[in-house]
Amino acid sequence: MAQQQLTTAEMEASLHIWLDTEFTYFKVEQLAAELATLTRDEQDFILGWIRRIASTHITLAWQFGRRAPALLSRMERRLLEAWAVHTCDVFDRTGLQTALRVMEEVDSFDETQHRNDAAGALFDDISPILGTFVCGLSGRRLHIEEGDDAWTDGERIVLPPLIAALPDLDDNFQLAKITVALLWAQTRYGTLRADLAGVAARYADPERALARLYALETLRLSARIARELPGLYRQMQRLRAQLDPALPPTWQRFEARLAADQATLDDSLALLDAAYEDTDCPQWSDQGCLRPDAIAAARAARLDKEKARLRIKLAELLEEHTAAQPDPPSAAETPPELNVTPRDENGLLDFEVTLDDAPIAPPDGVKQLLTSVYLDFGEIPPDYLTPAGDGEYDPNLVFDQPEDPDAVWHGTYHEKGAELYPEWDHGRQHYRKNWCVMREKTVTPAYDDFYRDTLDKYAGVVKHLRRKFEALRDENRIEKRQVQGDEIDIDALIEALADAKDGSEMSDRLFVRLHRAERNIAVAFLVDMSGSTKGWINEAEREALILLCEALELLGDRYAIYGFSGTTRKRCELFRIKTFDERYDGEVKARISGIRPQEYTRMGFALRHMTKLLNQVEAKTRVLVTLSDGRPDDYFDVYRGQYGIEDTRMALLEAARTGIHPFCITLDRDARDYLPHMYGAARYIILDDVRQLPVKVTDIYRRITT
Amino acid sequence: MNARTLDPAHHLIEKEPYYEAVGEEIQLFEAAYRQQIPVLLKGPTGCGKTRFMEHMAWRLKRPLITVSCHDDLTASDLVGRYLVKGGETVWVDGPLTRAVRCGGICYLDEIVEARKDTMVVIHPLADDRRTLPMEKLGQVVEAPPEFCLAISYNPGYQSVLKDLKQSTRQRFVALEFDYPSAALERRIVASESGVSDAIADNLVRFAQMTRNLKGSGLEEGASTRLLVHAGKLIADGVSPVTACKAAVAQAVTDDADMLKAIQELSSSIF
Repeated sequence: MAQQQLTTAEMEASLHIWLDTEFTYFKVEQLAAELATLTRDEQDFILGWIRRIASTHITLAWQFGRRAPALLSRMERRLLEAWAVHTCDVFDRTGLQTALRVMEEVDSFDETQHRNDAAGALFDDISPILGTFVCGLSGRRLHIEEGDDAWTDGERIVLPPLIAALPDLDDNFQLAKITVALLWAQTRYGTLRADLAGVAARYADPERALARLYALETLRLSARIARELPGLYRQMQRLRAQLDPALPPTWQRFEARLAADQATLDDSLALLDAAYEDTDCPQWSDQGCLRPDAIAAARAARLDKEKARLRIKLAELLEEHTAAQPDPPSAAETPPELNVTPRDENGLLDFEVTLDDAPIAPPDGVKQLLTSVYLDFGEIPPDYLTPAGDGEYDPNLVFDQPEDPDAVWHGTYHEKGAELYPEWDHGRQHYRKNWCVMREKTVTPAYDDFYRDTLDKYAGVVKHLRRKFEALRDENRIEKRQVQGDEIDIDALIEALADAKDGSEMSDRLFVRLHRAERNIAVAFLVDMSGSTKGWINEAEREALILLCEALELLGDRYAIYGFSGTTRKRCELFRIKTFDERYDGEVKARISGIRPQEYTRMGFALRHMTKLLNQVEAKTRVLVTLSDGRPDDYFDVYRGQYGIEDTRMALLEAARTGIHPFCITLDRDARDYLPHMYGAARYIILDDVRQLPVKVTDIYRRITT
Repeated sequence: MNARTLDPAHHLIEKEPYYEAVGEEIQLFEAAYRQQIPVLLKGPTGCGKTRFMEHMAWRLKRPLITVSCHDDLTASDLVGRYLVKGGETVWVDGPLTRAVRCGGICYLDEIVEARKDTMVVIHPLADDRRTLPMEKLGQVVEAPPEFCLAISYNPGYQSVLKDLKQSTRQRFVALEFDYPSAALERRIVASESGVSDAIADNLVRFAQMTRNLKGSGLEEGASTRLLVHAGKLIADGVSPVTACKAAVAQAVTDDADMLKAIQELSSSIF
């Protein structure tokens, strides 16, 4: 049975609260009246979204509410939802004005033009699949991005947010796939090698020339795809038959010419004069568009950099090879001859690298560079093959360098070199994409007596811990009376024989077996470095870490320690104290001593980053231990309160979903009510007394990992 | 229907196992065999290591005893142990001991999976001593000249835990295996599965695409073995796209998006 419709009064009451009408003066009465005519299901849908958007921005929610009832009849709910989420994303990225503009665009939504939208392929749905798809095709690695139209610059493929030319979802997906394949073919089969803008500029009407060149190339690449990817080509023909008019006769002649096996870009260029004269110019719905500027810009940035990279890599390769030879060839009279023969046949692209006629196997990095260079030139130019001399290039300029996390703050306010993490907005019930700007920094080490003082202070505890942990480590034990084992359990056998003589039943548990429980644990500790830890808590944390490291060194577990803090989402900082690969040395000890309270407690990004790091470590069991002093909080931001709790909860859930065991140790004594909810996915423990921390943490660790 | 029961220590492979040499591995193995040097086979899964061993056993006319190592495999599992039989203890040889005694070829597959202590057992067998000490019996078995030890190892795991110790690896002659070249792989797929050259060609191209995905969400690309499986299904009348899905895509991943992407690759080719 359908639920009762909501009354105008009921809806008004909710809208007044959500839209904060006391201050905003939005006239919700009219909206409520409009909603009253809808079914309960539709009411719930729209009201739900008003509430969710309102948590992001009230004006946006109001604008959504004003438009949504009218749109409901002509727009699919799936699209309405996508539109709402998209608006919020735009708001996150660029603010209210642009978001309102996106909101308004929907007014010009023309039903007839969008009659297939319901079955449209949304970028977010298809990009993971097509991203992998294009990765599987040979050639340069291309990334898929969302943009205004379908085009490529030779390094990325841009697709529009929605592809909806056909009334069927599967067909629209196929269309997107064909578009991606055609754009990939432009890079793979040399369309982008020429100076396309330059070619077009030779004609009176460059636009017209470019369009015709693009059509010729599309013909050539389609023929290429027919040979390389026949399955895809069949789909292409089927969809083109539905969407595009038949080819004019002149163009059919061009098609035949360009279908030849060895046809290259030059053949298309040769036909361009004739095509330019022709009044017709075919266009296909799968071809995307050509952006010569973007192509030229990407190519210009790539060429020199890759040349330098390749030459440096070749020099390294050469050095390795001469070092491996027992007796170096009599001095360097003639420099070793390096040859690269590309083999581009049957859809496979491979390179044969020879050094003085002896084949050598190039590492993956070199192969990828060779591929990229080959795609730019159709060969490997000889000057790319002279290994770089000493000091010829500055590696800082050639290879991407990690950005100095502090340098960003000296200059303009940007996100360069940072990692972006999403954040869960519980009001919106959706992630805020690329919301947290995260950087890793190293704690400034403090070389003082803290380490020694701590060990002195806890001398008794340390001794006790050592004993306990050593007992843990020694886990190889002989299990007696097993059904199977390496050796016979003589005691059990004698007993069994006695039993048999006695006439009673004889046990079959006659073997001993060496049980070897190899510890295979990786653990990451995430320490609260927010300002509120100042004083006692900070000291207790540092002491706890020292004791913990002492114990962990005994066990041989792999561990990492990071501190987290931040001010607003733009400045989320993780402080490296010890990475998984680092040894517990003087430097690490000094860093522990150097942990100082910083700013606020934004937890989600830190948990997400640690989840990522932990998952890169190979271990049977992965544990993520957080040590914090209270509820999540951030400076002048919604993060305080429910929002932060929900985001933290979500981040813990995400971690648990990847198989990590999260465990939280908290010193928050007051507000225990929210803890069970926030730590839903994690086990947690509350410590009442800060002074217990150093002793307890180690003990807790022992319990959770055995 | 009666399955044959074979005693590997006395069974000789009768029919020539199909094997296409990629390089000089057959000559190398034969030379190492004559010189009594143990052999280490390196390479990704499904590229033909086990088949190569069968082929060599057939060529050299020696019994082949294969042990697939797992993380619970102990030294006694290889050497032998006492069992209780009617109130008395009886010694039972393990597969390694049996191979030594009968002068066969012992092939320890995926040796790094075994426990660390098992490696030590093979050390005296793998150097010029060529002996197998059996501590529990207080005996030492001397290997006859016909005995040969071969181990395999997949360096692709890239895990510190699953690395072969230097003291072990430096006792062996190493043969490196990789996926065969496209032309060779096509021939292998065609002759093993019975599909036409054209289909074998497409299968190989499809495999290459999945190998391009290694490191971008896929741990390992499709092996030659998987292609042969797919080829056999196709030869039996299954449509190529369905065969690729069942035999290749589902075998290399469980991830839904990855599955779909691999599906799209295969449907693009066929």
